[in-house]
Amino acid sequence: MLIKKPNDIRSSEITSESVYLNRRKFMGVSGSLLVGGALAACGKTEQAEAKVIEPPSDLAPLDFSAVEKSTANPFFTAEVLTPYADVTRYNNFYEFGTGKDDPAKHASALTTNPWQVKVDGEVAKPGTYNLEDILAKNPLEERIYRLRCVEAWSMVIPWIGFPLGAMLQQFEPTSDAKYVKFETLVRKSEMRGQRSFSSTIDWPYEEGLRMDEAMHPLSFVATGLYGREIPKQNGAPLRLVMPWKYGFKSIKSIVRISFTKRQPATSWQQIAPHEYGFYANVNPEVDHPRWSQASERRLPSSLFEPNRIDTQPFNGYGEQVAGLYKGMNLAKYY
Amino acid sequence: MKNSLRRNKWLLMLLLAVPALALTYAAATNQLGPDPADALVSETGEWTIRLLCLTLFVSPLASLLRGRSSFKPLPYRRILGVATWVYGILHLVCYAAFLLAFQWGDIGAELIERPYITVGFAAVLLMTPLAITSTDGMVRKLKRRWKTLHKLVYAVALLAVAHIVWQIRSDAGEAIVYSLIIASLLIWRLLESRRAKS
Repeated sequence: MLIKKPNDIRSSEITSESVYLNRRKFMGVSGSLLVGGALAACGKTEQAEAKVIEPPSDLAPLDFSAVEKSTANPFFTAEVLTPYADVTRYNNFYEFGTGKDDPAKHASALTTNPWQVKVDGEVAKPGTYNLEDILAKNPLEERIYRLRCVEAWSMVIPWIGFPLGAMLQQFEPTSDAKYVKFETLVRKSEMRGQRSFSSTIDWPYEEGLRMDEAMHPLSFVATGLYGREIPKQNGAPLRLVMPWKYGFKSIKSIVRISFTKRQPATSWQQIAPHEYGFYANVNPEVDHPRWSQASERRLPSSLFEPNRIDTQPFNGYGEQVAGLYKGMNLAKYY
Repeated sequence: MKNSLRRNKWLLMLLLAVPALALTYAAATNQLGPDPADALVSETGEWTIRLLCLTLFVSPLASLLRGRSSFKPLPYRRILGVATWVYGILHLVCYAAFLLAFQWGDIGAELIERPYITVGFAAVLLMTPLAITSTDGMVRKLKRRWKTLHKLVYAVALLAVAHIVWQIRSDAGEAIVYSLIIASLLIWRLLESRRAKS
């Protein structure tokens, strides 16, 4: 696995909040210009654009080392970032409802402090860990990743967090740990989607990875985005980011991590095993029964310029991760 | 009396145009979110099934009101039916234009490979002869065959239910609600026709 670590980041290279803000301002202005040009008659658009662009100040700015902005760095992409407003208002987080705007509307009900993560299974240091203790051991860094949803849309997001492998190693998994399973919080009083009578999900939401996938340098735990704490609708306070897999693998608001000998069952696999596999690697060759996976809409998309792009195998991270699946029939292990 | 019927029909048509106009306005002012194509397709689909339910509700409502109220709903059924078809066509066009950018190869592949799209397309297709034969002239011309032809709406309803049920993912709520509504409207007709025979 050839992953170049962005070592020795000088403080002068650290992207400050203002750089994000400036970038966003630029995007906001250019966005309004574009829209304004197309719809010169409509004076309201500029205002609407400006309104949604700033991250709310109640989310604390984070101290992190910025990603090395080099095209050779797999932790970085120079593709246009998806605006903050879209990243935080267009979410699949069914614990808060099935509409794309439900999480942004309803996730504020969630209490994320205090937060604990239960660690169990094939591990030398099982127990219940306070979030602060996990965060204290894992210095924050930035990753700019593509996120590809199985519904055939995608985003580019600047995450803040730490490598998943580093965190898992702190729990000292034993040699029997072949897989790792994650669970999202169940709290019906605060998560209205979990109260739905007609939900097909048997809560908690569960996801899993093979150990070598989990230990891969690209595997990431996000606690922030766009330089600030992660908003609740994006999976606060702790979520996975698996950039070469469909978005549903990147489980949100994690409360339990179990190391197992056998491949764990995952939520989507249990609902529709012929539609969702355990691996769920982004693969333009293997169609989902509902959506062709050959292309994707890079958000924000617009009606007459849908921003449709070809989907890349492993979401463009094949060079880094294809080796994990050597000899496997990816049409069978989808 | 006749004038008030005409006025009501115009009012109903205006009312039925509101969702389409509101969606057009929202699209033009960039208020449909980061994935407007998806939003437009789901909204037009939702309105199609709502209007289909309303159309199918007219007959039971008419028989419910018979002798009890001076309001006669039957004259409005045609407008509701044609509006259902219009929203169905909009749904189809938004899907083909904005989600698939009129890539005919892709559209063909989707139609063949994804049964929920196949049945949805069939439903809109089957509504088309009903819309075309909805004029007074056609009613007169087709005579009794008109009634037989328009029984196709029951097939349309079943296809629409299949289209929705096939898309259940993490929550069956909406699918259950629409299936129950359509089922009860169809069952009412079965019972009614049995009663008429006996």
